[in-house]
Amino acid sequence: MSKKSTVPFRGTKEQEEKLYEVIEKYRNIDGPLMPVLQGAQEIYGYLPIEVQKIISQELDISLEHIYGVVTFYAQFSLAPKGQYQISVCLGTACYVKGSGDILNKIKEIIGVDVGECSSDGKFSLDATRCIGACGLAPVMTINDEVFGRLTVSEIPGILAKYIN
Amino acid sequence: MIRSHILVCGGTGCTSSGSQKVIDTLNSELAKNNLQDEVKVVMTGCFGLCALGPIMIVYPEGAFYSRVEPSMIPEIVSEHIIKGRVVKKYLYTDSVDESGVEHDSLNDTAFYKKQKRVALRNCGVINPENIDEYIAYDGYEALGKVLTQMTPQEVIQCIKDSGLRGRGGAGFPTGLKWDFASRNKSKIKYVCCNADEGDPGAFMDRSVLEGDPHAIIEAMSIAAYAVGACKGFVYIRAEYPIAVHRLQIAINQAKEYGLLGDNIFGTDFCFDIEIRLGAGAFVCGEETALMTSIEGNRGEPRPRPPFPSDKGIFSIPTMNNNVETYANIPQIILKGADWFASMGTEKSKGTKVFALGGKIVNTGLVEIPMGTTLREIIEDIGGGIPNGKKFKAAQTGGPSGGCIPASLIDTPIDYDSLAAIGSMMGSGGLIVMDEDNCMVDIAKFFLEFTVDESCGKCTPCRVGTKRLLEYLDKITSGKATMQDLDDLEKLCHYIKDNALCGLGQTAPNPILSTLKYFRDEYIAHIVDKKCPAGVCKSLLQYKITDACKGCTLCARKCPVNAISGAVKEKHVIDPAKCIKCGVCMSNCKFGAIIKE
Repeated sequence: MSKKSTVPFRGTKEQEEKLYEVIEKYRNIDGPLMPVLQGAQEIYGYLPIEVQKIISQELDISLEHIYGVVTFYAQFSLAPKGQYQISVCLGTACYVKGSGDILNKIKEIIGVDVGECSSDGKFSLDATRCIGACGLAPVMTINDEVFGRLTVSEIPGILAKYIN
Repeated sequence: MIRSHILVCGGTGCTSSGSQKVIDTLNSELAKNNLQDEVKVVMTGCFGLCALGPIMIVYPEGAFYSRVEPSMIPEIVSEHIIKGRVVKKYLYTDSVDESGVEHDSLNDTAFYKKQKRVALRNCGVINPENIDEYIAYDGYEALGKVLTQMTPQEVIQCIKDSGLRGRGGAGFPTGLKWDFASRNKSKIKYVCCNADEGDPGAFMDRSVLEGDPHAIIEAMSIAAYAVGACKGFVYIRAEYPIAVHRLQIAINQAKEYGLLGDNIFGTDFCFDIEIRLGAGAFVCGEETALMTSIEGNRGEPRPRPPFPSDKGIFSIPTMNNNVETYANIPQIILKGADWFASMGTEKSKGTKVFALGGKIVNTGLVEIPMGTTLREIIEDIGGGIPNGKKFKAAQTGGPSGGCIPASLIDTPIDYDSLAAIGSMMGSGGLIVMDEDNCMVDIAKFFLEFTVDESCGKCTPCRVGTKRLLEYLDKITSGKATMQDLDDLEKLCHYIKDNALCGLGQTAPNPILSTLKYFRDEYIAHIVDKKCPAGVCKSLLQYKITDACKGCTLCARKCPVNAISGAVKEKHVIDPAKCIKCGVCMSNCKFGAIIKE
């Protein structure tokens, strides 16, 4: 479950307009909530309570229900993501090849636990389910870049590029 | 005039290892040599050999290049494409025999020889983003046949006769499911495709959707005609962006060609498909949870009855099948129930796709006739265990499944044989483990997964799985007693009998099956306080043997200064200080440090 955000909400007018477009698009389908939440998360990068309130009003769904749905699914986040999103695959294939050690090393270096974002907003860390690149196990991704066949000793070098 | 086709895999495995860069480099290199009108680059679905990606095949020669890097492309273009000389050093080594002669066909290589591709037949063959290529491979012919020559009852009978069973894991007879759905007299019905593939280490459904999305659209249309549905939903993991993208393209193309929409093939059959994205909840692979999720709720399962065939999505009768199940349908209609039933064993017909992973040489996607033995999959197709290690067990069915120990390696893979030995077919994840894997640790890994993914609705699962995990924690840290082991086993059976849905009922399976075949390993943890595989950290001790030369490297590398000793003399590790990080062992140049 993602942690509650302590970062103040900084939504812009443009983002809000986009949100209303998404709501309009799905308003009349059966079961609009999931696609609207997915669209909203794409716009803001996360689902702060301010955004949930707008969705609640527009779709006439109680905020409690929306909060319940948001906190149920792993993909929805109440906290913003870092500039560099690190995801370490903990799928079975990666796990048996030692991705647990990779994850620990990263935690140690950036000082952030799984599901958290560093206070400077630079790194956020996630442990993901299988991303399907089992041939490259163990695997991690930083934003869209994939790093495969990792060893613990490579981690400091890889992260150094992003820290500086 | 196109004289040569270059097929590059665009599956997720190969994309992760850089196949898009290969395609870009190919295109620019071909343009540089003015060959863009003679040679066509096609991005296809998964070839299966993910461990060797990115993969590229050049036709008409059928030259199979593996681990292709953009830097190899200029040479391949100038030597192979222009001069007609295959660049042998870049070929997949198994596709070339000892004298350097290529096999006539890929099907002669060990990896492909024992496979039979039905569900994956178009993966790695056609461009999934081009409907014409699908049609050229008999695409939508089955739908045409069904709509113009068969009654819904005949379609259902054909599926029944084929013996096809649900590929999502439980193995319910598909024809029977269709029959139940068709008997409901409601005017509005839905069909649904479960593409919420959540088993860690499994990617069969994703590969089908990425490599052959039209097959799913065609099969869902056939199912809709058979049961009398007007609309279809595909519930697919949002973590599969390439599959979602290609499926959407395929749906748009099918609509353009009049293969989805109103009056398909000039009949009065109307059908449309909508994609709904999951949001990362394993339990949503359970069909009632999936339906609850589409409705916009927390994805919690609901008790049955009412069954989805009476009350499904938005309370409309709904028939739900798995991706791979659908992928077989068009072929069954075209080639006949007898053809399909001729493959496999008595009670498990056809083929099954497995995602082969873990400690195996050929990680990737394989499709085998039911009844193939585990030994053939691991030793022949999979190429064996890397680094000369010994095979210990294979795990099927993910967090719901169990393991197959080395002593049962000759078990034929089908629904009933696997169930008989306490494992299950599952959706198709097949993880291979060697002597370095601790079975208690593996059971703990799967329990951590279920505890995380338990939706919390029923107590046996929400609380019970957590207690199971605590027992396992106790065992792996050497604090458990034999009484704990008995209690653990009892609780497993209690949860199995009392949880609400499939997730909870099967959650104890990884423990029960490892207990069945590796009880001595559990006992070693409890009684001897030892982890025989050397995995569970709290039970490990690092020791320095007489091979130590006294180079002092380990003492300098140790983060907690637990190692002492004079130069050129044997060093000693202080077990009280040691945090078992293993840095000393990986740094020792003389192999003098062991863990036991």
